[in-house]
Amino acid sequence: MSQLILEQALNGLQFGLMLFLLAAGLTLVFGIMDMINLSHGSLYMGGAYLGAAAAQASGSFLLGVVAAMLGMAAVGVVLELLLLRRLYRRDHLAQVLATFALILISNETVRMIWGPQPLMLNPPAALAGPVELFGFSYPAYRLLIVGVGLAVAAFLYLLVGHTRAGMWVRAGASNREMAEALGVDVRLLFTGIFALGAALCAAAGVLLGPLLAVQVGMGENILILAFVVIVIGGIGSIRGALVGSLLVGMVDTLGRALLPTLLRAVATPEVAGNLGPALASIAIYVLMAGVLFFRPAGLFPARA
Amino acid sequence: MKKMLAAALLASATLPALAADAVKVGFLSTLSGPAAGLGVDIRDGFQLAMKHLNGKLGDRPAEVIVADDKQDPNTAKQTAERFLKKDKVDFMTGIVFSNILLTVAKPVFDSQTFYISANAGPSQLAGAECNPYFFNVAWQNDNVAEAMGKWATDQGMKNVIGIAPNYPGGKDALNGFKRFYKGNIADEMYTKLGQLDYAAELAQLRAAKPDAVFFFLPGGMGINFVKQFVAAGLSKDIRLITSGFSADEDTIPAVGEPMLGLFNSSHWAFDLDNAANKKFVADFEKEYKRIPSLYASQGYDAAMLMDSAVRQTKGKLDDKAALRKAFEAAKFASVRGKFKFNSNHYPVQDYFLRVVRKDEKGRITNKLMGTIFADHADAYVGQCKMPK
Amino acid sequence: MSHMRRADLFELAALGAAVLLPLALQAMGEEFYIGFAARLLIFALAATSLNFVVGYGGMIAFGHAAFFGGGAYVVALAMQAELFAAWLVWPLAALGTALAALAIGALSLRTRGVYFIMITLAFAQMIYYTVISLKFAGGDDGLPLPQRSTLAPLDLADDRVLYWVALALLAAGLYALKRLAASRYGRALAGLRQNEARMEALGYPVARLKLVCFVAGAAVAGLAGALLANQNGLASPTQLYWTQSGMLLVMVILGGVGQRYGGVLGAIALLGLEEALGRVTEHSHFYVGFALLAVVLWAPRGLAGLLEPGKRRQ
Repeated sequence: MSQLILEQALNGLQFGLMLFLLAAGLTLVFGIMDMINLSHGSLYMGGAYLGAAAAQASGSFLLGVVAAMLGMAAVGVVLELLLLRRLYRRDHLAQVLATFALILISNETVRMIWGPQPLMLNPPAALAGPVELFGFSYPAYRLLIVGVGLAVAAFLYLLVGHTRAGMWVRAGASNREMAEALGVDVRLLFTGIFALGAALCAAAGVLLGPLLAVQVGMGENILILAFVVIVIGGIGSIRGALVGSLLVGMVDTLGRALLPTLLRAVATPEVAGNLGPALASIAIYVLMAGVLFFRPAGLFPARA
Repeated sequence: MKKMLAAALLASATLPALAADAVKVGFLSTLSGPAAGLGVDIRDGFQLAMKHLNGKLGDRPAEVIVADDKQDPNTAKQTAERFLKKDKVDFMTGIVFSNILLTVAKPVFDSQTFYISANAGPSQLAGAECNPYFFNVAWQNDNVAEAMGKWATDQGMKNVIGIAPNYPGGKDALNGFKRFYKGNIADEMYTKLGQLDYAAELAQLRAAKPDAVFFFLPGGMGINFVKQFVAAGLSKDIRLITSGFSADEDTIPAVGEPMLGLFNSSHWAFDLDNAANKKFVADFEKEYKRIPSLYASQGYDAAMLMDSAVRQTKGKLDDKAALRKAFEAAKFASVRGKFKFNSNHYPVQDYFLRVVRKDEKGRITNKLMGTIFADHADAYVGQCKMPK
Repeated sequence: MSHMRRADLFELAALGAAVLLPLALQAMGEEFYIGFAARLLIFALAATSLNFVVGYGGMIAFGHAAFFGGGAYVVALAMQAELFAAWLVWPLAALGTALAALAIGALSLRTRGVYFIMITLAFAQMIYYTVISLKFAGGDDGLPLPQRSTLAPLDLADDRVLYWVALALLAAGLYALKRLAASRYGRALAGLRQNEARMEALGYPVARLKLVCFVAGAAVAGLAGALLANQNGLASPTQLYWTQSGMLLVMVILGGVGQRYGGVLGAIALLGLEEALGRVTEHSHFYVGFALLAVVLWAPRGLAGLLEPGKRRQ
């Protein structure tokens, strides 16, 4: 039983770290630019498709990841310059409309280029098998994801906490007008943040692709979770995004795994199979509501 | 100039004739999402048959309208309404998933439109809710799993865990397996339909240590399950057995080598030795550059069945009683060899054992091993009181 | 003076055309589109109810699908319990959603801005996940309706009758909105939208006013949901998912937030465009997306703003 929990905890860590890749970009965009970006999930989808296509064409998974990150960063920059820049000053409703439109356009674009069927994305052959870990076999690929996630977290920590650019980001998140007044080139900062967020989303898309499916509309489901994460963590805070995503990842995975088992003691397998995941999903929203009740601005609010 | 005019006149003369004369078939299937491969195969098999039939059903030209249900019952409902009320189709077919079929069934039957199922075979429509307008040319959901249950018993497997998605098709599959498996069912795991990440279930399997796992996870679900099963190192200690749906030509290319040695049951195999099948397989490979799956064979047979019914009623589709008798007679050359319907409009047929092997050309594919059930009927026919 | 009369005449003409539409469609042999037109009206009603909450009440609610879809489920579940009478079940749907909105609103309105948006979204998702876990509610597949509601002496099984009933309810809703906006309550809401702190300082029960608005919007959405169940023949979890809330919000913004016909215009434009484009291309959503972007960038007050430039909210 303890092995079961350990394995599930690792799975939760893996999922949480991937959520972090999405949430990091989203929280900065929301925190600094005060923009609701519903198309963040589409960047994730775009990255998965680009990565899958590049990996299939070249035979190298690593190349797929790099191609996806660079490609989506470029798409992010273009998007920011052409469209999103005009939305910063607009109200949230206009942002909702515009970014919802982007979801429609990106889903159809992907369908037009690659067709309605999902793309095949396999993990690198060397990592397709298990490794021995604490006396049981755990998929090597999932460990890779955990490793990459932790590396990104460390990188962002260094970037935001210990570089000049990071200082501008923190200043912008804390008080945009003041940062602007103090001479921070806010426009360049925004473009940079958006590109970084897009690259992170793309990485998450390619990494999760072999575990899930590279398909149209894959962004919508994970987008909602990313929003929940940043609300729990505190909008504008990378640290909050990390803590929030680990919390959500753990609650979701452990809930999905353990609740059906617990429910099986009192209900039929069918009911447990149905109710378990549902309760796990509800648990995340209850968690968010609970956090907001005690800390209305999230766990680590960035706003001064 | 004169030639163009003549051609235009000819075209305009035939066009209204086509519109008035055409038999309309509404083809609704899952063409996007992780299970898209299934719908695409059924469609390709159906289209190949139409090609073999020169675009006609009986002696009348046929118009096939293809639509995607996106594996969503809501979308399926609206598309079915469109087929029935706007396009006024004569027949409908194509649905992959039993839950979607059960959602659209009522309006289709109420409008006296015949539904020829090329896949979904829910137990509900085989028993108490059987309907004169429903025909299933594939199988009843339980059957293929029943065959595997019998084989698992014969192989002496002691502890088996069953895993299937939580929807009518999944429940039918596990019920079927349990009906003929006499050993110990250590556990039944129901996953969410469309679930792609099986980490939780695999961890539970690792803890439970059964002899074998019987899984029914069509389409992308099965592909992911097998890949993750192997990646988690479970294939060393636990045997996988499945019904043919997760061991067919949509799954095999996606998973590859890890599938070798997987025993599975099916009502059809591409190396079945009869003339219709040989022609179907050869032409399918030529047309689509891939080996047909059992889904494609079902789509092919559905079209052939429709053709035989239209032919037998001489194209008079308004006489629903005669059309129904024509369908029931099933006078067509099935790629399975012999074919006949039971009183509940589900097939009575043989079920075979197959194993995934490399063929002479080095391709990984199924090899026919033997027959598990001969002339097997489904378990629900007794509950069906088909109106005369 | 004549300006107002012209607008009234236009409204009457539009209503007249709407009443005659099913007969025209029948004459053209396009009966299928009567059902489609009814669908447009139902979504127009739902979008109008959301417009009331967002545009008149100033609350960006991202969970309206819970009420819209919820109303559909009430009707479907009632039919499972052998209750078919619309006179009973439809008000029940509105009442049910109103009660849910009372609970959700009371909790959510403690928050502001983006947190309010997220909390309303969260509650709607909780309802979605709860419903799909309930077997008797049909789980992931939804609950089909064995027949349409009975609305004696009318026969709702006739598509035209369903259309006219939907039209009547929409017209009633729009009329109510017109009177409400001019009433004391409406003026209080307008004041709230402009400056909440000032209204509070003036002694208005701000929280209660907003809650009433939220609940009323939900109740009308529930009624629209009852109609949706009838038109669709199915109460489906898709109707509860956040993308449906997003679509309703998009309709409101597209049509014109706070404009009386904003919901109507947005619903008709979005669904109509999808249908029209769907007949010529498989990728209708692509073009619809660009159309929406065009509206955001160049018609900031939505379609209603385009039609009546310079006109203040009614």
